[in-house]
Amino acid sequence: MNLIALNPMTLFSALPGNIAQGIIWGIMAVGVYMTFRLLHFSDLTVDGSFATGGAVAVMLIINDVPSPVALLAAFGVGLLAGMVTGILHTAFGIPDILAGILSQIALYSVNLRIMFGKANQAVSVDKYYLLVSLRNIPKSLITGGIFALAIIIVLYWFFGTEKGSAIRATGCNPSMSMAQGININSTKVLTLALSNGLVALSGGLLAQYQGFSDVNMGRGSIVIGLAAVIIGEVLGEALFGKRLNFFGRLLFVVIGGIIYYIVVGVVLWLKMPSNDLKLFTAIIVAVFLAVPYLRAKSQNSYAKAAKKGAK
Amino acid sequence: MLEITNIQKTFNKGTINEKPALCGVSLHLKPGDFVTIIGGNGAGKSTTLNAIAGVWPVDDGSIIIDGENITGYPEYKRAQFLGRVFQDPMTGTAATMEIGENLALAARRGQSRGLRWGITRAEKEQYHEMLKVLDLGLEDRMSSKVGLLSGGQRQALTLLMASLKKPKLLLLDEHTAALDPKTAAKVLDLTNSIVNKNKLTAMMVTHNMKDAIRMGNRLVMMHEGQIIYDIEGEEKSKLHVSDLLAKFEEVSGGKFANDRMMLA
Repeated sequence: MNLIALNPMTLFSALPGNIAQGIIWGIMAVGVYMTFRLLHFSDLTVDGSFATGGAVAVMLIINDVPSPVALLAAFGVGLLAGMVTGILHTAFGIPDILAGILSQIALYSVNLRIMFGKANQAVSVDKYYLLVSLRNIPKSLITGGIFALAIIIVLYWFFGTEKGSAIRATGCNPSMSMAQGININSTKVLTLALSNGLVALSGGLLAQYQGFSDVNMGRGSIVIGLAAVIIGEVLGEALFGKRLNFFGRLLFVVIGGIIYYIVVGVVLWLKMPSNDLKLFTAIIVAVFLAVPYLRAKSQNSYAKAAKKGAK
Repeated sequence: MLEITNIQKTFNKGTINEKPALCGVSLHLKPGDFVTIIGGNGAGKSTTLNAIAGVWPVDDGSIIIDGENITGYPEYKRAQFLGRVFQDPMTGTAATMEIGENLALAARRGQSRGLRWGITRAEKEQYHEMLKVLDLGLEDRMSSKVGLLSGGQRQALTLLMASLKKPKLLLLDEHTAALDPKTAAKVLDLTNSIVNKNKLTAMMVTHNMKDAIRMGNRLVMMHEGQIIYDIEGEEKSKLHVSDLLAKFEEVSGGKFANDRMMLA
């Protein structure tokens, strides 16, 4: 690889766009955080509901629905998608990962239907008013930032309420929750619904940003969401340690999304083929998941005990 | 207060692992009754408590609490009537949530949970006072995660949570079995004081026959899914461990009581 051929200016000029994309994915990651961290539910619905959000938003906008309303509709359809997964899991006893996969696969067909059988649908920023667009990155940064911040504030409030506390208890200890009168099936369905609502909203934003929705735009989004959650957590805990409260955690999830896209920008700038990006993402997530585990293990290992015991 | 009539439960029905666990258990508790339940392993003690709590539906029979037939209620719906403390100190509390938050969850047992604050300032002050009474120093650690507490502290907290909203019936399922003797004694004292102060109706499963005699006003012995001995008041307070052992030997057909009962 010829490093001299790399122009630092192209990296810097791409940076704001990467950040804007990172914020949008960060919103998606906040949805993943709700299920993965609070409910301890690995929800794979998101790969489908992310594209659903994009499809709903674009189809409504090109039919002259104002983009904020279209985004709200995307959120609503995402709620329904999450609810389906929740019902498959709670009412029909399907294990969490499988319930998510079933919804995800079903959504692929649903998404094609929404887009009138086409694999992608364009929405031009020249013809319609869009909330975010890669053609207007400063505006996208501001709008995306406002969305992310508003969502974090609302969730911070929500998880402090009685309902939100019940959800946190459900994720932490289902037996205790039932003994305290919490209907854990309904809290699970509610969390999955809200999570996928956010994921779909994020998909609706990304479709506007890139100027089209694509039936495959959600593929692997769970991994990107997890990457953001984990990068944000590692960074937040490194910087703030125990002082990192719930608000900080949510904020760092979005920051994790931004960092992820900056890293992606750098990797692409280094002329890595974009086809290898998903492999790269999977490796990042695997490493970030493995590091805390291995670190704990190295402090508490048989090898270490053997060394000490041999003396 | 509690009327259970002829409840039956068989696990794994129709399989080779079929096991009749409750074979027609009937028990009638008056308000303020504090019953201790003893019996060998597999006698149906914990199963009876689980039947009342609604961990699964019973096959037959009825469960009535304070005039309300709860036989068809799912577990979370029965919680409004019940306070529960489990054998495993990890079961009764949410480890990743704060001490105050756990209490606040318990304070809303039986209420619909909406968008009001999960814990209010006034509640925090109230819990602070309540925790002080436990004398475990928890009142100054209200924002600590429960996962940091010891088993004894967690059981004490669970007891407080179970009685925070006065339950119609307090179910204690071997709640000191996982604790060291000193801590167990402390938790039992706390149990007594909480039951007496709030005039609670309570059921306590135990393997310790001395505790079973010392605590409460009534004692029930179970064997093979049935109540075989039910004694209360004056008569109960005169019991000795040897009486219970004799009784146990009698029903188990000369077979000796299991080790845990012997050692207790």
